[in-house]
Amino acid sequence: MNLHYLRRKLVNYVALGISLLSAVFGIVFLCWILKDVLVLGLPALNTSFFTELPAPPGMEGGGVANAIVGTIMITVIATVVGVPAGILAGTYLSEFGRKSRVASAVRFLSDILVSAPSIVVGIFVYALLVGPMGGFSLLAGSLALAIIMLPVVIRTSEEMLKLVPDSTREAALALGAPQWRVTVQVVYRGALRGMVTGVMLAVARVSGETAPLLFTSFNNTFWNFSLTEPTASLTVTIFNYAMAPYEEWHSIAWGAALLITAMLLVVTLLARFFARGRSTG
Amino acid sequence: MNTESREAATSSGDRIFKGVSYFFAISVMCLMGLVVLVLFKESLPSIQKFGLGFITSTSWDPVALEFGALPAIYGTVVTSIIAIVIALPISIGIAIFLTEMAPTSLKGPIGVAIELLASIPSIIYGMWGLFILSPLLGDYVEPFIIDHFGFIPLFDGAPLGIGMLPAGFILAIMIIPFISSVSRDVFLMVPSILKESGYGVGATKWEVIRRVVLPFARSGIVGAVILGLGRALGETMAVTFMIGNSPDISLSLLDPATSISATLANEFTEADHPLYLSSIVELGLMLFIITFVVLAIAKLMTRRYEKR
Repeated sequence: MNLHYLRRKLVNYVALGISLLSAVFGIVFLCWILKDVLVLGLPALNTSFFTELPAPPGMEGGGVANAIVGTIMITVIATVVGVPAGILAGTYLSEFGRKSRVASAVRFLSDILVSAPSIVVGIFVYALLVGPMGGFSLLAGSLALAIIMLPVVIRTSEEMLKLVPDSTREAALALGAPQWRVTVQVVYRGALRGMVTGVMLAVARVSGETAPLLFTSFNNTFWNFSLTEPTASLTVTIFNYAMAPYEEWHSIAWGAALLITAMLLVVTLLARFFARGRSTG
Repeated sequence: MNTESREAATSSGDRIFKGVSYFFAISVMCLMGLVVLVLFKESLPSIQKFGLGFITSTSWDPVALEFGALPAIYGTVVTSIIAIVIALPISIGIAIFLTEMAPTSLKGPIGVAIELLASIPSIIYGMWGLFILSPLLGDYVEPFIIDHFGFIPLFDGAPLGIGMLPAGFILAIMIIPFISSVSRDVFLMVPSILKESGYGVGATKWEVIRRVVLPFARSGIVGAVILGLGRALGETMAVTFMIGNSPDISLSLLDPATSISATLANEFTEADHPLYLSSIVELGLMLFIITFVVLAIAKLMTRRYEKR
């Protein structure tokens, strides 16, 4: 009897210990990766990293200024295209469609597209835009990211809009406001905080994408501000530099990795903080 | 403004707003259809040339213009299975820790830390894997595996630090946040009255987890695993760095191989012949359809655990 009890207790502690170790495993890898990115990336972040164009292999110095600007441009254009489209689609799901068949089909597809391989979107945009336009372009890269962003924005904005209580909508409707004004002036305002959070997360997520940019915006060793020319981006630069056999390039790749990772972590943590502020009022 | 024209303005405003939002909602479906259509059209030359043989042929030879997808499919499937085998127990452990064990003050920070793993971009995993993890695996872990388990054909090979096992391992770290967060949500749906009755009859915490929580959550966990599988199948950059990019089929998990996504990333811009390009697009189409089906199954399986 006593032995049986001991055995059960032992099994209990072993099992719980394993579950504790699993959590430790995850955290160890997070800290390990962040530590290496920080330690190896920090030395690369000097003035020339932020201000100069890439140097040819073997040359001292050189930076990724064009890639930083490129990533910002691609992300901004993608946001301008993807976010309004996503919010409007989310509005349909939350305000008009609700339980309609169209709405549930859109929900289902969006949920799947959120996890779909982003490289396929790159191929799609290549076939649609890069081939016919005769070359890689800033526009194609932005479009690819906008497509990847769309389902994320749709789902988060729908969730956030749904949090606005129906009684608020009814109160505004009872005052005689048309539904579109109720949506724009009452519902959007109530859901603003959550939607901003969702958009921030979506933007952060796509700015770390590499695969869809490989065959859309491609790469460029010079400045580019034209919509129809290839454009450098931080992530593609990391890919090319890390795969190349030059030490200096590896160091710059780590620097770019640190920049992207730090930006993503800050945005993710900010968004969490922001979202928590909402629930406590 | 008189009442009638005001009503007309209101209803036309409503109609426009509803119409525009409907248009964007529908656009998701159209986009989805368009992706399949465009990829299919682009892969037609390859489909016509190779037919079903594309899936079964092992030859990937851009010079002779002979393309078979089997090595890439094999690499994709094997790395994803390795990832699931490693990630599943760890994710369940994390979910158990977060729902049943952790003190409230630790739940938040540890949950956030695990979620942050999901926000690190794929390319960072790949680069870190190639420069940091792969030398460690090649110098310490793989020689150990070869010495002690080398008699099993799966672990017979040279300790290179890149190959299907390293790629699968990186994938595992990347999908742990997804599997553990879905599992955690599923565990939270277990009615506390069920757990309390378990404790009431004198069960230990582990016994309650094993006999009450896990059986209740079973199909949700399966859904979470399939979601992780969908993610792993389509993951590109990290695999491209770690798998070694050699279009061979080898039984040994330590040998370099290739995957669908790695082939796309490496060879797409190099494809100098229409048939070459078309074959690569066909790989992309296959990847899209496979992940779509897998993710749809995952979605259907976790649906009933969603918060209402």
